[in-house]
Amino acid sequence: MFVCLAIPGKVVDIENNKEHAFVDYGEGTKRKVNISLVNVKVGDYVLVHAGFAIEVLNKKEARETIALFREMLSFEEVK
Amino acid sequence: MFSLSDKKLGQDILLKIKKEKIKAKFMHVCGTHQDTLVKHGLDSLLKKCGISIGQGPGCPVCVTTPLEIEKMLLIVRNGAIVTSFGDMINVPGEYKSLGDMKAEGYDVCTVYGIEDAVKIAYENPTKDVVFMGVGFETTAPATAATILSNPPKNFSIFCCHRTMPYALKAILDIGELKLDGLIEPGHVSTIIGIKPYEFISKEYGIPQVIAGFEPIDVLMGCWMLVKQIKQGKTMVENEYTRVVHPEGNIKAQKILNEVFEPCDIKWRGFPVIAKSGLKIKKKFECFDASVKFKDVLKDLENKELHEPDGCLCGELLRGLISPFDCPLFGQACTPETPVGPCMVSVEGSCNIEYRYSEK
Repeated sequence: MFVCLAIPGKVVDIENNKEHAFVDYGEGTKRKVNISLVNVKVGDYVLVHAGFAIEVLNKKEARETIALFREMLSFEEVK
Repeated sequence: MFSLSDKKLGQDILLKIKKEKIKAKFMHVCGTHQDTLVKHGLDSLLKKCGISIGQGPGCPVCVTTPLEIEKMLLIVRNGAIVTSFGDMINVPGEYKSLGDMKAEGYDVCTVYGIEDAVKIAYENPTKDVVFMGVGFETTAPATAATILSNPPKNFSIFCCHRTMPYALKAILDIGELKLDGLIEPGHVSTIIGIKPYEFISKEYGIPQVIAGFEPIDVLMGCWMLVKQIKQGKTMVENEYTRVVHPEGNIKAQKILNEVFEPCDIKWRGFPVIAKSGLKIKKKFECFDASVKFKDVLKDLENKELHEPDGCLCGELLRGLISPFDCPLFGQACTPETPVGPCMVSVEGSCNIEYRYSEK
């Protein structure tokens, strides 16, 4: 296990006590995850590390990352 | 949607860096960054563009000291169930590892996370269950949240958590190598945000970029450092904006501050680094294994333990050498017969280099 690695997944269900959620990592892999470190709702993507969600991902930013990098490369020539 | 794959973009970034005709030495402090660099051959591609990049003390298992491991061995000998992450269990202390103890019949369990360890405590109410908590700011909030969740009284934590910014300061203070830029770990930064790194750029005049873990992220991080150097800037920039918020995860920070206080702690290969450790506050000492087992551990207090003979993990963790510079690498020291932790842990430079060089 990579101690600093975290994996993204989608919150598909939240338990009544709001302490745990079920997270879908794709291809049918679902795991119960502790969500006490984040504020999440069903449908959010979270980053999971050692059984705990540590952050909610910014979907818009993720979609635009490549385009943003291209822009940085073409416009930010080093003077 | 969260993985970036664009070979052409990667080539374009490398070309940009090359055009700047710069010679620079960068350090990163994360096993996952090292894995990306070696797996995709980015370290050698960057070298051709004038950038040398290597791993510093960024492997939590590797920087845990032999003394901390020996303390765990003593606790397990005393009849407790000891739990930790897989790699940690296989790092030898002075002679033996927790894994060796397991083979001898002692109660040592590998867990995926701290909640598995709490479950073991519930299932074994008559035994002490100790979780060896290793990891940086990414992992420590889970330990803190677990303490706040009121686990059973037979559960405790042997806290080996460490924090990154003052370790970076230590590298620069020791001054053994001249660094031109730092790539900061994306998932540590997810928790702490940008601010805790700022004093480093200010006091040491060194550019920093927080980067993600895809090949494009690491290349982009290097390009952003090159850009700062060329423009004479020294600041903390964030490449990993899809995950890292500038202020970090405030909820996690509050939980960390509630449970832990900073402490001075030794890192493998380093002297004691001021304010670079996390100590469980007195209020929660019933969950602190170093307090609970104080009498058991007293003979080991302040004992100096030596690194394995010939092992250069300390030099490697200070960024002074690469795995190939160690005479033991791939000879006496392999993942099957590791001498030092950097060959045991999948986040250690030696393990990473060995794994990909085999292919």
